[in-house]
Amino acid sequence: MSCAAPDQTAGIPVGVDVSSQAVVQGKVCKNNEPVGGAFVRLLDGSGEFTAEVVTSPAGDFRFYAAPGSWTVRALSRVGNGQASGDVTLGLNQLDITVG
Amino acid sequence: MSREDSLVTTDWAEQNLSTPGIVFVEVDEDTTAYDAGHIPGAVRINWKTELQDPVRRDFVDRAGFEKLLSAKGISNDDTVVLYGGNNNWFAAYAYWYFKLYGHQDVKLIDGGRKKWELDGRVLSREVPDRVETTYTAQDQDFAIRALRDEVVAAIGTQNLVDVRSPDEFSGKLFAPAHLPQEAAQRAGHIPTALNVPWSKAANEDGTFKSDAELAELYGNLDDEKDTIAYCRIGERSSHTWFVLTEILGKKNVKNYDGSWTEYGSLVGVPVELGA
Repeated sequence: MSCAAPDQTAGIPVGVDVSSQAVVQGKVCKNNEPVGGAFVRLLDGSGEFTAEVVTSPAGDFRFYAAPGSWTVRALSRVGNGQASGDVTLGLNQLDITVG
Repeated sequence: MSREDSLVTTDWAEQNLSTPGIVFVEVDEDTTAYDAGHIPGAVRINWKTELQDPVRRDFVDRAGFEKLLSAKGISNDDTVVLYGGNNNWFAAYAYWYFKLYGHQDVKLIDGGRKKWELDGRVLSREVPDRVETTYTAQDQDFAIRALRDEVVAAIGTQNLVDVRSPDEFSGKLFAPAHLPQEAAQRAGHIPTALNVPWSKAANEDGTFKSDAELAELYGNLDDEKDTIAYCRIGERSSHTWFVLTEILGKKNVKNYDGSWTEYGSLVGVPVELGA
């Protein structure tokens, strides 16, 4: 399970219309290996907490946001890290490297 | 109440895993988290299937709560130590719920499951076998629970605290961003409510901020007035209720468990948009 090629479509729940959602998803990695059980929080444009999830064993996380500027920040036993980006409707990939 | 009466550290919890008279209870938004590992000896309470009436939108009644706690092997004189994922949202909800039905000795693990995991402490998959008890609950204490009419009457007269994220408060999002944004009701907030997101009361590792930081955070609340906290379904506002009542010792604080999913669906009530 390398971090080189994230799966863009992993497990979107049945019934969720991705085209109407601003999905922010990504993978948490360290040294190109996925980090499961990391705590990932979504911060809005002003840095305010919006939501938090725990990564899957494959290091994956997902949020349903709104179009705009967002930051994802990961806390884990092997280190912390973050990534930011402008999000539009549909799938948006924001991967995080921790260390 | 104070921090010492209502909060314990993960260290304290680990040292008291086998102490008689202490029952650890995990309550999570993700009700399957317990299966993958929990604090050794902890029992699970499912907030959705065990604390809610299966038909009406309300809590299980007093007899139902007595039956639940008896089956879980919890006695009236036990110290119930609650913890959970997602920064203790649902553990705080359960704390408030236990207080609602009059359980005397309840505590919350500061930082909850996240802190326990970040500390690298052991998790167990073993489900404890506790002997059934005969639990006696009290009638619901409506001094800590607000219903909708009281909330509408509080507009412009009492403190209303909306603890959701700024984007939910302003109407940009309907729900926390880890959930699909498909709610059917109106977005926005109750007029005259202050937006003090629950997250401002917690550190990144899920522990509560210091008393001084918390006192400053809620410095805009008029202590001469009653306070009602709400969020989307009443769990994050339980977190804030806990801070105001149990840590800061404020009086007359209620949790509005109907929260935005009820208020935002009411016909004819005022709704405000924007920050």
